[in-house]
Amino acid sequence: MIEAILILLVCQLAGEALARGLGLPVPGPVLGMALLFTALQVRARLRPDASRVETLPLGAVSAFLLANLSLLFVPAGAGIMSHAATLAEHGAGLIVALVLSTAVTLAVTALVFVKVAGLGRRRDAP
Amino acid sequence: MSEASRLWVYLAASPLLWLAMTLLAYAIADRLSLAANRNPLVNPVLIAVAVLSAMLWASGTPYAVYFEGAQFVHFLLGPATVALAIPLHRNWPVVRKAIVPIIAALCAGALTAVVSAVGIAWAFGAPYELLATLAPKSVTAAIAMGISEGLGGNPSLTAALVITTGVLGAIMVTPMMNALGLTDYRARGFAAGVASHGIGTARAFQVDPVAGTFAGIALGLNGLITALIVPVLMAWLR
Repeated sequence: MIEAILILLVCQLAGEALARGLGLPVPGPVLGMALLFTALQVRARLRPDASRVETLPLGAVSAFLLANLSLLFVPAGAGIMSHAATLAEHGAGLIVALVLSTAVTLAVTALVFVKVAGLGRRRDAP
Repeated sequence: MSEASRLWVYLAASPLLWLAMTLLAYAIADRLSLAANRNPLVNPVLIAVAVLSAMLWASGTPYAVYFEGAQFVHFLLGPATVALAIPLHRNWPVVRKAIVPIIAALCAGALTAVVSAVGIAWAFGAPYELLATLAPKSVTAAIAMGISEGLGGNPSLTAALVITTGVLGAIMVTPMMNALGLTDYRARGFAAGVASHGIGTARAFQVDPVAGTFAGIALGLNGLITALIVPVLMAWLR
C-alpha cells in the first residue's frame, strides 16, 4: 500500500519537476499521469505474463481515489462563497455564459466524436 | 470564558475540525446521491459544498481557516490525477482505436467551450478582465488559474467559475446525452471531460468505467490545448 502511494507521489513529483523545469503549460499531475501510463505500457510490453495492475495495491489505491474523486473538489468548491459578491454583480451574464457554454460544449464534443467515429467505421466496412 | 467557547477556540485553531466536517459533508452528500440512484441532479460536490458553506457561514469561519483543515483532502487531487493512468492503461486498446474521433472532438469541444463562454459574457457587456477570467473555465483548476493570471484575469475567481462549470457539466451531461440519443459511452465521457474537467470525470466514473477513462483523457488533453488557444483568441479582444 505504501509503495503504491509512493509510486503516485513520485510520478507527480517527476511531473512537477518536468513542468517547471521545461516551463510547460501543463500541470505536474497531468505529466505525472503520462509518465505512469508510459511506465505501465512498457511493463506490459516487457513482461506480458506479469499480474495485471488492477490486482496490485497500485490498482486498489487508484480505484479508491477515483471512486471518491468528487470529494477532492469539495475544499476548492467551498471557496466559491467568498466570490459571491462578484458573482452577484455580474450574475446574469456569467451564469448564462456558464450554463449555455457548458451545454453547447457537451453537445458539440459528443456529436463530433460520434460523427467522426461513424465515418471511420463506414470506411472499415466492406 | 465558558467551557464551550474554550472548546471552540481549541477546535477552530486545529485542522481536525474542518477536515472532519469536509468528510462529513461529503459522506452526507454521497448517501443522498446514492439514495437518489445517482440521479445527476443530486450532485455530491454541489450538496457537500452547500452543506459546508452553511457551516462556515453559521460559525463565521473564514475560508483560509477552513482550508487549513481541508488542504489534506485538496492535496489528493494531484495523486488522483496521476491515478487516471491506470484506467487509461487498462482501456488502452479501446482508446487507441478512437484516436481520430478523440482529436476531432477535442478540437471542436475546446474551441466551443472558450468561444461560447467569452462570446455570451461579451454580449452581456462583461469587461475584458472578466472575459479573461472566464475563458479557461472548462479546464482543470490548476491550468485555468495559470491561463487567467497570464491574461490579466482574476485567478481565484477563475477557480470558482471552474468549479461551477464542473458541477453544471456533471449535472447536465446525462440528461443532455439522453436527449441527443447518444449511447456511445466513449463520446459521453469524452464530452464530460472536455466541458467540465475533473468534476465531469468524477460523474463519468460514477456512470461507466469506459466513460470515466475517456473523460480522464479529455481532461488532460483539453487542459493542454486550451492553454495554447486561449491566449491567441483573447489577443483579438484586447
